[in-house]
Amino acid sequence: MARISGIGGRLYRGETSIDFIGKRRRWYAFSGLLIILSAIALSVQGLHLGIEFKGGSEFTITKPGVTIAQARTAIATAGVTGETLVQKIGNDKVRIQTGALTSFDAVKTSLASTFAVNIDSIDTQLIGPSWGKEITHKALYGLFGFILVVLLYLTLAFEPKMALAAIVAVIHDVFITVGIYALVGFDVTPATVIGFLTILGYSLYDTVVVFDKVRENTKSITSTGRVTYSDAANLAVNQTLVRSFNTSLIALLPVASILFVGAGLLGAGTLKDLSLALFVGLATGTYSSIFIATPILATLREREPAMKALSKRVSQHSNAATLVKSESVQPVVVSADTKTGWARGPRNQPKRKRR
Amino acid sequence: MSDSSINPSAGSSKGPRSSGRPARTIAILLVTLVAFTALAFIQSATKVRLGLDLRGGTSVTLTPRVSEGGKVTSAAIDQAVSIIRQRVNSLGVAESEVTAQGSGTNRQIVISVPGQTGQRIVQLVGQTAELRFRQVLAEGAPNAASAAADTKTATLPSGITPQLNAQYAALDCTKQANLQGGTVDQPNAPVVACNRTGTSKYILAPAQVLGNMISKASAAIDQQGASGWYVLLSFNGEGTSKFGALTQSVTKLATPQNQVAIVLDGLVVSAPRINEAIMSGNAQISGNFTQTDASDLANVLKYGALPLAFTQGEVLQVSPTLGSDQLHAGLLAGALGLVLVLLYSLLYYKGLGLVTVGSLAVSGAITFLSFLLLGKWIGFTLTLAGIAGAIVSVGITADSFIVYFERLRDEVREGRTLRSAVETGWKRARHTIIVADFVSLIAAVLLYFFAVGSVRGFAFTLGLTTVVDLVVVFAFTKPLVTIFANTHFFNSGSKFSGFSAKSLGTVTRTEGK
Repeated sequence: MARISGIGGRLYRGETSIDFIGKRRRWYAFSGLLIILSAIALSVQGLHLGIEFKGGSEFTITKPGVTIAQARTAIATAGVTGETLVQKIGNDKVRIQTGALTSFDAVKTSLASTFAVNIDSIDTQLIGPSWGKEITHKALYGLFGFILVVLLYLTLAFEPKMALAAIVAVIHDVFITVGIYALVGFDVTPATVIGFLTILGYSLYDTVVVFDKVRENTKSITSTGRVTYSDAANLAVNQTLVRSFNTSLIALLPVASILFVGAGLLGAGTLKDLSLALFVGLATGTYSSIFIATPILATLREREPAMKALSKRVSQHSNAATLVKSESVQPVVVSADTKTGWARGPRNQPKRKRR
Repeated sequence: MSDSSINPSAGSSKGPRSSGRPARTIAILLVTLVAFTALAFIQSATKVRLGLDLRGGTSVTLTPRVSEGGKVTSAAIDQAVSIIRQRVNSLGVAESEVTAQGSGTNRQIVISVPGQTGQRIVQLVGQTAELRFRQVLAEGAPNAASAAADTKTATLPSGITPQLNAQYAALDCTKQANLQGGTVDQPNAPVVACNRTGTSKYILAPAQVLGNMISKASAAIDQQGASGWYVLLSFNGEGTSKFGALTQSVTKLATPQNQVAIVLDGLVVSAPRINEAIMSGNAQISGNFTQTDASDLANVLKYGALPLAFTQGEVLQVSPTLGSDQLHAGLLAGALGLVLVLLYSLLYYKGLGLVTVGSLAVSGAITFLSFLLLGKWIGFTLTLAGIAGAIVSVGITADSFIVYFERLRDEVREGRTLRSAVETGWKRARHTIIVADFVSLIAAVLLYFFAVGSVRGFAFTLGLTTVVDLVVVFAFTKPLVTIFANTHFFNSGSKFSGFSAKSLGTVTRTEGK
């Protein structure tokens, strides 16, 4: 652990620096590839929608020793036609999913008598055909509403270009997560949709942490004229790298335990669907805050005339000084934040040495 | 502890600047917490109200159906909620709930009834209960091709237009799809309809007596046992005279026009032959009812028809066994997640990790207390999705500590003393935490307003815990770190404090200089 945090120190001072922004074309290409793959997966395979979206019924029978064969016979006896799905959950549960039924009660009664269980101990879910459309509509409204409000809020809290970059990263995350769902063929249920929507908040949390540092580092770059916007932003990503890693890991731990318990103990349902979506989304969210959001921000800002002029000045400056590369990064901290730069050496360092 | 010689300098300046205030802030928070705990006990809110998915029960979500020319209004939904509530209450199950969720006319009605009421509740709340009394114009086999008695001459009985006959021919009452009911018919136009069991088909005259002319309805049994359970209706003044007129007008006619069909939600319940005019203002509906059927129908008719037709969006029945399984799984996942987060922060942040432990304990206590009190005040119920939201938020809450801790370590790396780093680091971390939490809050609020059912439970706990996070970070975590920064242990740069030169990565640099 100490070694990881040791890396944190080196990243902070810019001694170890990973070039996230300079190599942005590489990350854009990688994300572009993922997006194309997602689009192909979505159009070819499509999403595997749960019965909540198609309409239908679900019966779960809990009885020690139930088998899938038994369940199939029971459905046949009950006169259910069309596509049915029978799953065994744990040792003592079978779950039967059917399409829309005309005689829900009759099927239930028949199942109860075939399995010799009390009719009220059968867990059921009946979903109307238009239900899925309702929740999809609402989820979409929620998505657009969220994007608008957050765009506005981040514009106020930060700046318009940061808001734009953050939103692009969020859309990127949701799209790729949905793509992964299509590719792997995970079931999409309303709980999954909640998961997708929650990713929005999560992905932004990480991005906000990075952007806050970017803003701080770039506050006075035009006046000092020593570093370009991209370099300052890159340092910010490096400085917050440990933070991003830790916040993502800490956020992932509870999600992973829900996934573990939900999938292991309950087999299927709200907990599993929700945490799986979050798990996939968190991973892409962390990736995008570092590799997509900040590079996009840098691309946007570098187009500004002021920033172009700054780059020019910086390159002339560094040509004249012919600094070694590792050293040229060093002054960034000082120039980016003069106050902390002042506090760095003289005041405290001697104390340590005197010991 | 070899660095202990540093301490005197830190200790000497320990003093007036920040000693009393952090302790006071924490004290105020803890006293508030104790006060609210006492309040919870006084209001006897000692148990979290669990949702149906955690304790078993039935929940039905109804979506207003837009009929031709009809419009869904907000007032109609409110009225429907109150009618459905009366119907549900007639069951006498404690803690049943009927609520409209969503906003404006885009609302859904969610009915939750705990316990094993099963399918009965679904039928009770779902039906519109639009009752009409119509004279029978023609009656035939469920798949008859024409209403004409003699298909060769094709002479239609009086009152039946060829158009109506075509509709009649097209209706196949042997199909299950045509026996679902729930269609709203125009009372002042003739209609074609099936009976409930799908054994006959009717052409019916415009309705003479409507459901809103009923003043009383009750279940009764025929003591001779001839027709078993039936529903006894009493009409109001208008109903009595109209029903009298209707029955009087048909008695003289030939079969089947001397029958009056009792139509409920588009299906004929029964169509008795009227032998003499009924002026008493009473009528009976019979149709092979069980006692439960009869009393439920009576209840439904008593509270009146719903102003709108609804479709069942979702019907969920959870047995108590599954409910307790889900509750245990949720709690287990929560405990596991919490332990992992605590373990990681202790391993990574060492002594500083203790702040995480304390802060999570406080935010856990506040969240639990909120569940108790909100359950009492606004009827908040904890669902499985809600538990998931709470678990997920453990991560978000811990995230804000990390943002602060990392900032703190950055400041110390800059060369500040821990005590000044606590303040400068806080100023910067505060902004990040507020913005990040605010974004989470926006997500939660929007999820809450755009969603129905389980999603709302999730969004609510997510939003609640985000607010709790802000309170805890400001009123507990920050003051606690300030207090810790004044102790010898944390200032010493001890290996276990989380601020050792080694863990900050400052070792190489100091040695280099």
